[in-house]
Amino acid sequence: MIPAISARGLARHFGPVVAVDGIDLEIERATIYGFLGPNGSGKSTTLRMLCGLLRPTRGSATVLGHAVPREAEAVRRKLGYMTQRFSLWDDLSVAENLDFVSRVQGLDRATRRERIADRIRRYELGAFTGRRAGDLSGGERQRLALAAATLHTPELLLLDEPTSAVDPQSRRDFWESLFALVALGTTILVSTHYMDEAERCHRLAILDRGRIAAEGEPKVLARDIDATVIEIECDDLARARALLAQDPAVLSIAQLGSRLHALLAREAIEPARRLRELLAAQGLAAGVEQVGANLEDVFVAATRLRDAAAEHAA
Amino acid sequence: MNWLRRLLAISSKEARQLVRDRTTFGLIVGVPVMQILLFGYAINFDVRDVATVVLDQSRTALARQLIADLRATQVLGTVRAVDSEAGLRRALQEGAASIGIVIAPDLERRLYERRRPALQILVDGSQPSLENIAQGLVSSPLLQRPGTQPMARPVEIRVEYNPAKRTAVQIVPALIGVVLTLTMVVFTSMALVRERERGNLELLMTTPLTRGQLMLGKLLPYIAIGLVQTTLILLLSWWLFDVLIAGSLAELYLGALLFIAASLALGLFVSTVAQSQFQAIQMAFVTLLPSILMSGFMFPFDGMPPFAQALAQVLPLTHFNEIVRGIVLRGAVLADLQPQLGKLALFLLVTMSAALLRFHKRLD
Repeated sequence: MIPAISARGLARHFGPVVAVDGIDLEIERATIYGFLGPNGSGKSTTLRMLCGLLRPTRGSATVLGHAVPREAEAVRRKLGYMTQRFSLWDDLSVAENLDFVSRVQGLDRATRRERIADRIRRYELGAFTGRRAGDLSGGERQRLALAAATLHTPELLLLDEPTSAVDPQSRRDFWESLFALVALGTTILVSTHYMDEAERCHRLAILDRGRIAAEGEPKVLARDIDATVIEIECDDLARARALLAQDPAVLSIAQLGSRLHALLAREAIEPARRLRELLAAQGLAAGVEQVGANLEDVFVAATRLRDAAAEHAA
Repeated sequence: MNWLRRLLAISSKEARQLVRDRTTFGLIVGVPVMQILLFGYAINFDVRDVATVVLDQSRTALARQLIADLRATQVLGTVRAVDSEAGLRRALQEGAASIGIVIAPDLERRLYERRRPALQILVDGSQPSLENIAQGLVSSPLLQRPGTQPMARPVEIRVEYNPAKRTAVQIVPALIGVVLTLTMVVFTSMALVRERERGNLELLMTTPLTRGQLMLGKLLPYIAIGLVQTTLILLLSWWLFDVLIAGSLAELYLGALLFIAASLALGLFVSTVAQSQFQAIQMAFVTLLPSILMSGFMFPFDGMPPFAQALAQVLPLTHFNEIVRGIVLRGAVLADLQPQLGKLALFLLVTMSAALLRFHKRLD
């Protein structure tokens, strides 16, 4: 079966700024594929190229079997797109927004009625069909936007940071809805900067300054991380951090709550003991142990370590 | 069928938003009413009923005849007689009168000999347009007749199509075009830019809507609004200023329809250039000012330098004003106005094509 999306060397420049710098993609049908990356890493630009809103500077992409941007119109009939900003009409009610979008999608009257009723039920919008979209909460808006994006039962959903203005419970519910859609055969490409969301994806691309820094299943990415992760617990994290930073074997340090995660090169010998002794020599009692990597570590390893390697090479 | 459904989806959504947007809805009615009251009542190009004092030193029948003739022009209002030059100056100084007329004691001889002025007209120079009025009075033929024929009537002045020389009659019908320019260009230019700013357009671009559906769909409600405004102005000008339509009402509406479409197309074009609502408003005003100043609405066409006349040819309002004045005041038929209609149609064609070509379903 041909993949839902494939791209080769896709790149986009805005004047001198390189937003996307040659990325390859292969996205299976009926999966959730995540773009994880900070703002400015090229997530939105890539999504916009895939739905034909932006023309690539270089490279090519095929979406649902159609080359974009040349056959963008054919793609658009099978595509649902949720922009980063809420892009339905604030001054129209929930029902009016759904009605309008279903007409624009060219659904006939009977289908419209049936689909709108179904989406209102599925996304629990029944209590405020008459309320203006502008008066909805963040979570309600997200549900409305998803309802509108799925009215024409698209084969592919592109979601650009869909949960950035949504509370945690709504985020969980939202992801449940996405899995329900995947079960029906929909392919979903979602961009996020939340690690917990990225963990839910079937596959993931970590984007960093327009490039894919790492790609794969979240679990595999964590297992195959190109570093050793050492977790440090102690009372004086700031001092511990300063001490660790001086050790050349430590590639990066990140604080996670009351703990530090230090990434060391895989070749480091007995890394936990090495750090424990380093801290003890300075009279700092600390719990130090080697742990499995989480996505945050993978992200750091994939982005910062690349810089370090580049610096080293230079 | 599907094509039409999508087009109408855009139109009905646009109409719904319009009705809901109280400010815009208020403007649709408010702008014509305000303009017609402003231009109809406040702005008056011909000065009339100017308070006048007369010092008649000759006290002859001819002098009285002259005064009566001057009053008949309606430029002079209440004419008060004074006995002395001091009284005349006092009246002017106090502002009780703006024009003072002194008639020499030997009026008849002076008129006959034509060496010395028979009349002296004193003008309150602090009021700008009065001096022109005085010039007009001096050059009016009734003062140039030979004094030997005291019974001769002054040359009759006849003003055609607007015999009462009322500004309202010239101004009010032309207001249709001004109001439509003001509202149509601004509304449509805003309509698309607003959706661009709010991100709605990005969503619409990823649907199967064509750009033609999107643009035409947005225009349709505004065409209806334009026709409502036209009707409102016609009713108000009939009710408040007794302006009657000499020609055919249906033809007037046809002309208005063409002009509305042209203005909307211009607004759409602006919206494809402007990146923000602020820019759209500014660009709309850039087209608005020359329209009002150069279309012959306020200042006569013939007084403008050639380059300005050429520029005015590009403005749709210039041609629409001719159509409106033709039909409303002169009773012209559309067949007489073919050049103007043709130029309007050309403008519509060019701007609409430009707008369509400039608009892409892309963000770059």
